[in-house]
Amino acid sequence: MPRPTPDIPNASMADIAFLLLVFFLVTTTIANDRGLSIQLPPPPEALPPDMDVKIQERNLFKIQVNSFDNVLVEGNPFFGTPNELTEQIKTFVLNYGADPNSSDSPEKAIVSYKTDRGTSHKKFIEILDAVQAAYYQIYADNAGVTVKKWLELSSDLNDPENRKLYDLGRKKRPDGTVEIPMALSIAEPTKVGGN
Amino acid sequence: MSKFRKKAKVKQEIPTSSMPDVVFMLLFFFMVTTQMRETSINVKQQIPEATMLKKLARKSLVAYMYIGEPKKTDEWGKEPKIQVNDVFIDAKDIIQWVNSEKAKLQEYERDQMTVSLKVDSDAKRGIIADVETELRKANARLVLYSTRQKLTE
Repeated sequence: MPRPTPDIPNASMADIAFLLLVFFLVTTTIANDRGLSIQLPPPPEALPPDMDVKIQERNLFKIQVNSFDNVLVEGNPFFGTPNELTEQIKTFVLNYGADPNSSDSPEKAIVSYKTDRGTSHKKFIEILDAVQAAYYQIYADNAGVTVKKWLELSSDLNDPENRKLYDLGRKKRPDGTVEIPMALSIAEPTKVGGN
Repeated sequence: MSKFRKKAKVKQEIPTSSMPDVVFMLLFFFMVTTQMRETSINVKQQIPEATMLKKLARKSLVAYMYIGEPKKTDEWGKEPKIQVNDVFIDAKDIIQWVNSEKAKLQEYERDQMTVSLKVDSDAKRGIIADVETELRKANARLVLYSTRQKLTE
């Protein structure tokens, strides 16, 4: 005589699975480890005390932001979009001495970025993004890749193929120096607005 | 009129027998990808947007720092604060924190450590500049300002 097989009710299985699914959907955080990367300069104590570098005015591209998030570019109020700023920096860096008021060469060109202690982080990032965009676009053009590809390959330089394109984009010379370094100087903020 | 009535008699059914399988598949996907946050963030985090995002190659070399207005303003005040791990710290304690983070890494990796600054949009530049000064002193000079991808055009 066959014994009756015990049955587990499985009508509610879908409900249980849904419950678990909703739990994991809610608790999931997609890890976000992306952002603007910079390298800070060495501490002031580590620099030689008598270091006094003369930089010609023409090789300096000045960006200043005050505590009301108003922007001065080369001493003039700037109301344009970040894209316009990016274009201005690109023409400044790639001047090669053509315009006597702009840079001598990309190697000598320096973007100086000064904020106030009261400047919001949002504005700071917006301008920093525009400056970095200018350089990344130049690099990507030189390497013959899209900007997106450039950002991808420059974060993994252990790959020799990436390293090759990276050096090509920054126009590395055989002696190890770089023709277009990203010379971005973020100055100590002024103390007008804020603690 | 009669034509319509005839059509309405046709019964349509979606097969539901495979629904648990589909749900289980989704469930496993989220179970595998989910990561429990180990620290609870006690500061406001409205991360700014940017376009030129770089990705961090190795997660083990990253130390996180959160800066923003405290969520419990009645307890901590409205001034932006610096949070690491689970506590608020002052700018002067940063060097000590960097050293303890570096101690967790292998010796040859220590100079590659990146500090990821997750800063609220409304935080002021002043406090971030103080943090940067301390990071320079602590010789943790690779910094990533965490941002979200701006959707363009």
